[in-house]
Amino acid sequence: MKNNWWKVLAVVLLTYGFYFGLMGEVPRRNILNESIRNVYFHVSLWFATTLFLLTSAIYSIRYLRSNNLTDDIKAVEFTNVALLFGALGCATGSLWARVTWGDWWPNDPKLNSVAISMLMYFAYTVLRSSLEDEQKKARISAVYNIFAFAVFIPLIYILPRMTDSLHPGNGGNPAFGEYDMDNQMRRVFYPIIIGWMLLGTWIATLRIRVRALTSND
Amino acid sequence: MQELRTLIGKEITLEWRQRYALNGMLLYIVSTVFVCYLSFRLKSNQLNPLTWNTLFWIIVLFTAVSAISKSFTQERAGRLLYYYTLASPRGIILSKILYNSGLMIVLSLAGFGFYAFVMGNPVGDIPMYLLTIVLAGIGFASTLTMVAGIASKAENNAALMSILSFPAIIPMLLMVMKLAKNALDGLDRSVSGEEIVVLLALDAIVVSLSLILFPYLWRS
Repeated sequence: MKNNWWKVLAVVLLTYGFYFGLMGEVPRRNILNESIRNVYFHVSLWFATTLFLLTSAIYSIRYLRSNNLTDDIKAVEFTNVALLFGALGCATGSLWARVTWGDWWPNDPKLNSVAISMLMYFAYTVLRSSLEDEQKKARISAVYNIFAFAVFIPLIYILPRMTDSLHPGNGGNPAFGEYDMDNQMRRVFYPIIIGWMLLGTWIATLRIRVRALTSND
Repeated sequence: MQELRTLIGKEITLEWRQRYALNGMLLYIVSTVFVCYLSFRLKSNQLNPLTWNTLFWIIVLFTAVSAISKSFTQERAGRLLYYYTLASPRGIILSKILYNSGLMIVLSLAGFGFYAFVMGNPVGDIPMYLLTIVLAGIGFASTLTMVAGIASKAENNAALMSILSFPAIIPMLLMVMKLAKNALDGLDRSVSGEEIVVLLALDAIVVSLSLILFPYLWRS
């Protein structure tokens, strides 16, 4: 129990977040209307995805320094979780775009950047499967992973801000926090971010343990 | 510095001895441009400047990928091992980046000349467009050299090279295309300042990452 409190916390925070995210009061805004609730899910999923990719890049750096294969396994599993959360982030974003911007996949720089970075991380999994030797696989994919993360950050957080984008906080649009979120919403938004991060870490640790067990045989 | 000069000299000698590869690349870009010319022939006067620009950069991108993917594969493993005993990995990657930048600049300038010759030249600000080509050559070369290094370690090199490099190069390609569009429209140069800075920053990130990461790649 002592080491598992954060798993309980993840469940509690996500339950709280889902309940109040769907049932709580939200401010009324033009166009957004009820769909403003998606900020709880879509935005928080992407925050969590970025954290997992960062964690994965850090484990890749650690692998290069230590040559310890567990670091490599951790890097892979955090990338896998990031891919899952990224796919969910895309799905929730797509639904939201349909409602507010009128298109399932509008031609928006941020969406395109996201599509590219997902491709980049899928390429990471292809790269891994095309290498045989364990050490070599670990080293080369670690190098690629760090490289990919260095492309991911400008792609998602810098370039879309320089062009015209439909997303808030980009291309001169005000960020969401400035006008549309009130304190009521923040009380749901922040817990749910932490909840996703904990849940993803939980999934990753489980898969890391499964891998460690199967590789020992 | 001495090492770097020798390594670049080695790359150039190697290229010169295998002249078919260089000529092949030139022929590749020329025939691609010609295929595009023939495909658009009916509408050459109506070719929208935007399409003109996009088409040119796509040709440059494909040329870059096929030119640079050979930079680690044209030498045999035994010889690479020999370099490993002689030179530092940083020297090797830096010399390859510099050499590939030169190669890309030559190829894309030649490509631009021929492209403008057959497809017409709607560029408003030619010096700026040439500067874009030079910046793009350096940027593409630095990203693709590192990716080529990664891909060369794996089994099916050619397919891996494209799936690894296309996503990684897109931020740079988008910036370059935007800069090129500004030059094409002959906008005031102050408009493009921001893009140039971002492009240089991306180059700096990629080159410094290559310098840090290549030693690990080289060891295997």
